[in-house]
Amino acid sequence: MKLTVQDLNSHYGPAHILFDIGFEVGEGEVLALLGRNGAGKSTTFRSIVGLVAQRSGRIMFEGKDVSAKPTHEIVREGLGYVPEERRIFTDLTVEENLEVGRQPKRPNAPHWTREKLFALFPNLGEMKNRPGGRMSGGEQQMLTIARTLMGNPSLVLLDEPSEGLSPKIVEQMVDAILTMKKEGVSIVVSEQNLHFARLISDRAYIIERGRICFGGTMAELDARPDIRDAHLSL
Amino acid sequence: MAFYVVQFLTGLASAASLFLVASGLSIIFGVTRIVNFAHGAFYMIGAYIAFTLTERLSGAFGFWGSIVLAALAVALIGVIVEMVLLRRIYHAPELFQLLATFGLTLMVEDLVVLIWGPDDLVGRRAPGFKGAIDFFGQNIPSYDLFLIVLGPVVLGILWLLFQRTRWGVLVRAATQDRDMVAALGVNQKWLFTSVFAVGVFLAALGGALQIPRDAVHHAMDLRIIVEVFVVVVIGGLGSIVGAFVAAVLVSELNAFGILIFPKISIILVFLVMAVVLIVRPWGLFGKPEAAARKTPGLTVNPWRPLTSNERLASLAALVIAATLPLFAGNYALTVGSEIAIFVIFAVSLHFLMSVGGLASFGHAAYFGLGAYGIAFLAKMAGLPMIVCLLLGPLLGCLGAAVFGFFAVQLSGVYFAMLTLAFAQIVWSIAFQWVSVTGGDNGILGLWPSSWAASPSHFYWLALGVAALVTVALRAMVFSPFGYALRATRDSLLRSEAIGIDAKRIQWTAFVIAGTTAGIGGALFAYLKGSVFPDNLGISLSVDALVMVLLGGVETVSGAVIGAIVYKALNIWLVSQTDLSKLVLGGFIMLIVVVFPKGIVGMLEMLAQRRRKSSPPGSPLLAKPIESAE
Repeated sequence: MKLTVQDLNSHYGPAHILFDIGFEVGEGEVLALLGRNGAGKSTTFRSIVGLVAQRSGRIMFEGKDVSAKPTHEIVREGLGYVPEERRIFTDLTVEENLEVGRQPKRPNAPHWTREKLFALFPNLGEMKNRPGGRMSGGEQQMLTIARTLMGNPSLVLLDEPSEGLSPKIVEQMVDAILTMKKEGVSIVVSEQNLHFARLISDRAYIIERGRICFGGTMAELDARPDIRDAHLSL
Repeated sequence: MAFYVVQFLTGLASAASLFLVASGLSIIFGVTRIVNFAHGAFYMIGAYIAFTLTERLSGAFGFWGSIVLAALAVALIGVIVEMVLLRRIYHAPELFQLLATFGLTLMVEDLVVLIWGPDDLVGRRAPGFKGAIDFFGQNIPSYDLFLIVLGPVVLGILWLLFQRTRWGVLVRAATQDRDMVAALGVNQKWLFTSVFAVGVFLAALGGALQIPRDAVHHAMDLRIIVEVFVVVVIGGLGSIVGAFVAAVLVSELNAFGILIFPKISIILVFLVMAVVLIVRPWGLFGKPEAAARKTPGLTVNPWRPLTSNERLASLAALVIAATLPLFAGNYALTVGSEIAIFVIFAVSLHFLMSVGGLASFGHAAYFGLGAYGIAFLAKMAGLPMIVCLLLGPLLGCLGAAVFGFFAVQLSGVYFAMLTLAFAQIVWSIAFQWVSVTGGDNGILGLWPSSWAASPSHFYWLALGVAALVTVALRAMVFSPFGYALRATRDSLLRSEAIGIDAKRIQWTAFVIAGTTAGIGGALFAYLKGSVFPDNLGISLSVDALVMVLLGGVETVSGAVIGAIVYKALNIWLVSQTDLSKLVLGGFIMLIVVVFPKGIVGMLEMLAQRRRKSSPPGSPLLAKPIESAE
């Protein structure tokens, strides 16, 4: 297994947010984490990379227990994270944003260079010196993904990559994610958009009120319209 | 004409050091969000170490090598401070960070006197820059020309460092979003440490470069830090270009201000700062900050009025305190009066700080203004004591109204820096305007009228006023005005959204707190029989902060307990040791790191834990809180 999450519990102050979350990601697999707004998808990702201070449980990445490590060490193991709110550095240019993400080559993961990323996201190549604050939402979303790929991750947590994007950009995003998959990057993608998830994912988990309430292949999910309708707003 | 050109060049030369120190402060703040009060102390240590090294090492290489070595050595000290002290308090509220670095400053002030002695040290001239250049009959020291060139050179180097190196890119990224930088695999700890080292290096270099121009002495830290605060407020905290422009502006204002208002030249700088703050509250080159995310649940237990039992207990404590003259001697009564006065002072700051969320670092200004108010009324107008006591605090009220108007335009660390700068300005006026204030000699011979002259009568007076003030301010906490004020503290945006005029409420609170401090100052003037510039100095402002913190910021009654414990401890300490600043500084750092909840906060926590033994303390009490999504 690439990534195994067991009994993950998280709190924000007195509020208990995640309850015994557990799931597995296989080598080279694309897994969708589906759920409504506020279901706990983002918190799950933030907990995995150590950005939530009050968390317990076990997170095994490539056979190593990373649950006690600080964020930057988890990321340096090859576990990339693309946050939901994009959080690009608005004062930095496209190239400088990429530079922040740059990490050394990793033997078991594809190696990304600026050129390769500009081929994957042609828009970015045309605005290398533009400050991040003066880019459109879609361009910013591409930049966050490219920035994380600069760290040569073997697995990427992608938090709602299609949120707020135009259909045309969403198409580009699907292509980019499939290219990443072809290169051998394992991906966990959180989504509210089932249609988008179906285009890219092998398997899906559904999260509702901080609990996992379904896990299976996309075909299995399609066979259970009751679950789909109960937990996903379409 | 030539004279003015030379004056202008002198200003430019002074700007160099100011720029170095201010840019260091800005860089550190940008990434760590800590306003490093100890920056002036690092500047001073830089000068002292450079002095020692230049005395030992000879020749041109020896001199310049000493300057650089001194800055490097201080940067190393900075690294140790960052790793040992600051890493523990990055998650603490900014007030605690300011206080911890202030505690460090106090310790350094005593340490340099221990190591280098109390006398001014005059350093060597720089080899190759010993002479002066003749400019139409006016002399310009050639070292000044060197400094004039150095400023832009350092600005250029810093620009390259931040634009052209990976380190610079990471620092700029971290300035914007620290967590995201960590989420991209960058070790924040070392980034913070390296940034701190660079910032401290710049401060120490600024100090070391001063030795051919100025004597090295143990008060140079406070002088520079106040100027630096003014510079970063004008230029915009976090902007290096802003630091450069503002350093030049402030230095030129000083250089020409001397010609216009020789006695109170600092007024000119103040006026410019006021204008900048009105037009661009975030400084000339700064960016408007997003409203600071307040830590949710900062006040874990919502405040409540005292129960009738607690009221009885407070009354009993007051009655017991009132019996002191029955058995205590005159000295104990004087100490008691002083403590009562400091209770007034502490509750007034507590009101502003805990109820209003506005941590003033210059609250002594209003205490001192109250004292000077008494001095003017009693000595110049010859009014009787009772009239003076009623009118004197109005000077504190007036000062708070003027300065408070500007200060409440800002919040957080900007507010703290600005209030400190204001207090320092008032201090400078009291110190420099000798014809009115008597300068360093103060105003003497203020004695209470006969009805309050005996120590026991004065003690009862002070105790009564302290009790009245405490009750009045407490009642205000639970009044509609108090609710509005607490709303602005907890969320400025939300309180404005429900129709509270936040600035006006905060300004009112500032004036109330300033007036109350003025009442304390007025009594203090009569207790001591004299008024000195120290009555509005920085150390008194910090005393007030420590009293509130020691009691516990988040509690309503903390200030009273804090004032009593701290003042008693302080009086005892000064009688025991010459190194009171060293002990006090260490004490402040200890409170911040080990007991951030203060005495009353700790007692409440213990009581609460006993009341409901399970669950053992909410996680809110112990851990830094992060914002929920």
